[in-house]
Amino acid sequence: MPSQTESVPSSPMIEVENLNFFYGQTQSLHGVNLKIPAKQVTAFIGPSGCGKSTLLRCFNRMNDLIETARIASGHIKIQGVDIHDPEVDVISLRRQVGMVFQKSNPFPKSIYQNISYGLELQGVKNKQRLDEAVETSLRGAALWDEVKDRLHTSGLGLSGGQQQRLCIARAIAIQPAVILMDEPCAALDPIATGKVEELIQQLKHDFTIVIVTHSMQQAGRCSDQTAFFYLGKLIEMDVTQKVFTNPAHKQTEDYITGRFG
Amino acid sequence: MRAERLTFAGFRVATYAILVAATLIFGIIFVKGSGTVFQQTFPFVNTAFLTQSPETLHVFEWEGRKLELGDRAFRAFIEEKGNPTVVKETYVYSAGGIFPCIVGTVFLVVGSMSIALFVGISSAVFLNEYSRGGRLVDWVRLAILNLAGVPSIVFGLFGFGLFVLFAPVFGPVPDPGHISIPLGFTYLNFSGWGVSLMAGWFTLAFMVLPVVITASEESLKAVPKGFRDSSLALGATQWETVRTNVLPYAMPGILTSSILGIARVAGETAPIMFTAAYVVRDRLPWQVDKAVDVLFQGVMALPYHIYVVSSKIPQNDYTEHVQFGTAFVFLSVVLLIALSSVILRSRMRARYRW
Repeated sequence: MPSQTESVPSSPMIEVENLNFFYGQTQSLHGVNLKIPAKQVTAFIGPSGCGKSTLLRCFNRMNDLIETARIASGHIKIQGVDIHDPEVDVISLRRQVGMVFQKSNPFPKSIYQNISYGLELQGVKNKQRLDEAVETSLRGAALWDEVKDRLHTSGLGLSGGQQQRLCIARAIAIQPAVILMDEPCAALDPIATGKVEELIQQLKHDFTIVIVTHSMQQAGRCSDQTAFFYLGKLIEMDVTQKVFTNPAHKQTEDYITGRFG
Repeated sequence: MRAERLTFAGFRVATYAILVAATLIFGIIFVKGSGTVFQQTFPFVNTAFLTQSPETLHVFEWEGRKLELGDRAFRAFIEEKGNPTVVKETYVYSAGGIFPCIVGTVFLVVGSMSIALFVGISSAVFLNEYSRGGRLVDWVRLAILNLAGVPSIVFGLFGFGLFVLFAPVFGPVPDPGHISIPLGFTYLNFSGWGVSLMAGWFTLAFMVLPVVITASEESLKAVPKGFRDSSLALGATQWETVRTNVLPYAMPGILTSSILGIARVAGETAPIMFTAAYVVRDRLPWQVDKAVDVLFQGVMALPYHIYVVSSKIPQNDYTEHVQFGTAFVFLSVVLLIALSSVILRSRMRARYRW
């Protein structure tokens, strides 16, 4: 895909080279090559089962937890480092590459504890530092004004949209370079979705964001780059506007115009 | 239509039978036992029965009256008034109280449940969080299933063979007649722990282990996967995740199911009759010469005491009160222990809800 290199700045945040991925005997990703630019929003779109979530979960090695999952060949480099290099510690990788899941899942602890958890794991005990981090992260997730008076009540007392923003706050509290979002708005109503999308626009100033979404409109609204996957293959990746207005492949056009998927 | 009604009437009767059985058991024990445990004068509880050791009951006639005296009172009586000449009857364990049995049962329950919870939760965490299946895990699960079906008397014999007769103890000299491993500064003699709390704890712990493991696994499975994923995604190790974001949420469920285990540990007679229980013991568990002796002493226990007083002494009006009284106290102790774990559980539940 020659158009890809033109639109991507010189040093990509994430680089995937010829990735072949299997669940047991089933191949889920076929020779995927792509580059994700830093401090932009990249959307992965495609019909269910096309491998977009699988690829996303490769970036922070969450697939390590699935027994049958294995990478047959290929490399993933984040900030130039191969994340499967034996020297790379998966724990520090995940501190660099945060994740927000489809179902908002705050821990059944207080709002404060939800956010301080990641820092406490890194050994931060200083109360003042934790307080600051909690406030910064909640402000960063546009949640501070709504929850500042009840930081010590359960995170599960929040509404669905607030819970998802709490999860985003939790992810940014440990200052990762990349935030992976796996259909973050799938369970939210349109208003809550709007807030999260607005938030994504602010977050891209500080973080590289990769978002998997089923909603074409969402990809169109809030991403800079769009990658279209079909049956485990990357069909096309380009600047969002181009993918949506003038796709290079027929399959992309068919999907975007709603002819299948 | 009539057949239908009759069928359901049959089902109904079958269902109510359990109610009848429960009412009869608890009712009889309560009615007959409360006569021993409670009294009509202040402080309304028969403190002697709850705080004294068992004594032999002496029944005899003196100056035309029938007297019932416990051993100590009887000796004092002889001192004062001389030996009663008329024929007297004696019944062992039918006077005094059952304090050592209560203490022994509490010791047994606390110790064995601690061991069972530690080993059981550890295994459940391993099976549910770490292990990736395979032949060995299949064998482990088969072992758990089979262990659950083993009769308690077999556990008793197993504990007797392994812990009472064979378990290793440290000793300054090799023990003749037993395997002995020199360790340089001391010897490890496989001469057994004897009839002791240790042997009873481990025997009972192995008996309830299947219950605890199964219950813990179910509770761990009930914790949403999302908590694990988010915790790992924040850079927690698997152990940190289990410790901070899985086990605390599973704990109420684990405790709930372990209450069943408590009732079983407290109630089983067969596993302790060879391993930990004494028919009678003068000293209380804390009356020992060295601290370590606490672990290596036998104790009296409520279920075994019930067995002794209901099968080894004659059944009559003089002995009946200690039989029902012991059963009543026994049920109360089990209820009390179970109640405290219910309270603990509800406190934990209030902290973690999702």
